[in-house]
Amino acid sequence: MSSRDDILGVIRRHQPAARPLPDVPLFDANLPPMLDRFKEAVTRMGGKLAELPRGSDVDAFVRDRFPDARIICSATPEARGTRDLATLSAPADLQDVDVGVVRARFGVAETGSVFLSETELQVNAIGYLVQHFVILLDPAVILPNLHHAYEQPGFREARYAVLMTGPSATADIEGILIHGAQGVRSLTIVLMSGGAQ
Amino acid sequence: MREKRIDHAEAASEFIASTEHVAFHDRRLWDLRKKRDRESESIPEWEELRRLASAIKEHTLTHLADYLEEFERNAIANGARVHWAVDAIEHNEIVLDILRNRGAKTLVKAKSMLTEECDMRPFLEKRGVTVIETDLAERIQQLDDEPPSHIVVPSVHKLRQDVAQVFGRTIGTDPTNSDPHYLAESQRQNTRPYFVGAEAGMTGANFAVAETGSIVVCTNEGNADLSVNVPPLYIASVGVEKLIPRVRDLGVFVRMLSRSALGSPITQYTSHMRAPRPGTEMHIVLVDNGRSERLGMADFWTSLKCIRCGACMNTCPVYRRSGGLSYGATYSGPIGVIIDPTFSLRKYSNLPFASTLNGSCSNVCPVKINIHEQIYKWRQVIAERGQLPFVKKQAMQAAGKVLASPKLYRAAVEGASAASEYLPRFMLYTRFNAWGRQREVPVAPQQTFRQWYIKNRGQPS
Repeated sequence: MSSRDDILGVIRRHQPAARPLPDVPLFDANLPPMLDRFKEAVTRMGGKLAELPRGSDVDAFVRDRFPDARIICSATPEARGTRDLATLSAPADLQDVDVGVVRARFGVAETGSVFLSETELQVNAIGYLVQHFVILLDPAVILPNLHHAYEQPGFREARYAVLMTGPSATADIEGILIHGAQGVRSLTIVLMSGGAQ
Repeated sequence: MREKRIDHAEAASEFIASTEHVAFHDRRLWDLRKKRDRESESIPEWEELRRLASAIKEHTLTHLADYLEEFERNAIANGARVHWAVDAIEHNEIVLDILRNRGAKTLVKAKSMLTEECDMRPFLEKRGVTVIETDLAERIQQLDDEPPSHIVVPSVHKLRQDVAQVFGRTIGTDPTNSDPHYLAESQRQNTRPYFVGAEAGMTGANFAVAETGSIVVCTNEGNADLSVNVPPLYIASVGVEKLIPRVRDLGVFVRMLSRSALGSPITQYTSHMRAPRPGTEMHIVLVDNGRSERLGMADFWTSLKCIRCGACMNTCPVYRRSGGLSYGATYSGPIGVIIDPTFSLRKYSNLPFASTLNGSCSNVCPVKINIHEQIYKWRQVIAERGQLPFVKKQAMQAAGKVLASPKLYRAAVEGASAASEYLPRFMLYTRFNAWGRQREVPVAPQQTFRQWYIKNRGQPS
């Protein structure tokens, strides 16, 4: 008998009497204003918020924010960057990139998270191998909580989907919080409408 | 084979010997507990979420075979390869086989208690595979040749100076520089080349969703996502109890997991791996290793609801003061002491006694496992199966006789106060008196309660 049949057989023999599956409500009564809550949560999780100065574009914003950055990669048409993602032969080629730019599909007010999948990232590793990450988000697509987020089709359709919340972080040494653990050192969310997906 | 019984109290005495470490450990974990309280109190529906989480898990476990089949069907349709492992050895052999078939020599992996349970790293390393733990705490433990001491914060028992010593010895940092920022940056620099060069990446799973065949991993450092998204081969090791039915159910669990574990609203990364990146491979190893047997234990099957948040450990006074390594098992603390005896009753028969039964673990558990009741139940099972150590058995038999007879009890109470006052130390602090270890026996009051009662309230009826 195969291990598979073996395991399933023992499980079937041992399963306790059936219990019902409850419905999961959306818990969306009496929620605070979404944009305020989103901003508060992003800051708490170590992310930065920004708005584009009038007349400025995303490339200019990135150059201004990261004056020492040499290599900038963009996965959104709203920024050009300095290296075309389409020229990469492998994800590891992103290792010398200073700043990555993407546009998120939606945000979650409760946690300050943004949704990204292979559609938004183009090369998934851009969210992790680069040093600093800039995410554009339309304030009109912020959902109240995680229950609403998980109703979105992205979790069923994407090969890879991440709820990203602030920069990489660790508190493994005496509980001291450090941003820039293994992934990006900083995460900046630019609230900016547009980007019909 | 008779395995050696873990002596938790003896092992804890080593940890307790360093007062600085004990004080920090206690404070740090209690701090996590307080943060957890603040988060849970900020969500009006917290108790409702716990009820839902518990019900969803109980439903899944009572239909587990069907959900595993549904998961497998969907994962295969997504283009992933699904493997089944009856035990730890089969798990390790499957992983080795996948790596060898692709010529993979280096594996970057995120933290996974299941691979610890399977003792996978030494198995692979003996067979020529370099395994790099990429979570900072797990890497510290790997470099120090120690297992994790906590399921969420594996190196919580170490102070910054300890980490400086380990890194100084192993990755060439300055052993006198114990600045956490310097140490974390050193780990980042040391680990990066492995992410870029490794032929394979591995994670565990926080959840496996039957409806979509996806693996969900919740981490903070970005190391899991690097392990998944940079190498051309990804392997997920998944305990069969990690199944949940629907994507919708994730809302309930993700809202509570990090809040219960670290007191943060969510982890920095909540990642959902459904299908391989084009041109790469994704393998999922579903592991039993005793779980299907546990499902058949009427008193203990609900321990399979555990989502490994560690909240029960952070609140447990015994865990906080004895250190996770003293349990001598992959899973320590309250959840550990109810899981471990299912792996080996003899080896872990001491662990259910490492508890005050205060119930705090059950109160903080996000999936409402009746942990302290199961601990108490294990003590009965251990006594029935004759697994009590000799001293404890004799002491309990004597206590049973004394407590059954009011006369004997009174004599014992009065005798004990006389004993603690007049007996010489060498007779009082023997290995037969567990209460005299690591502490002074308190001075007994001049008067027993009964004596006080008779004097002040008159003769009892």
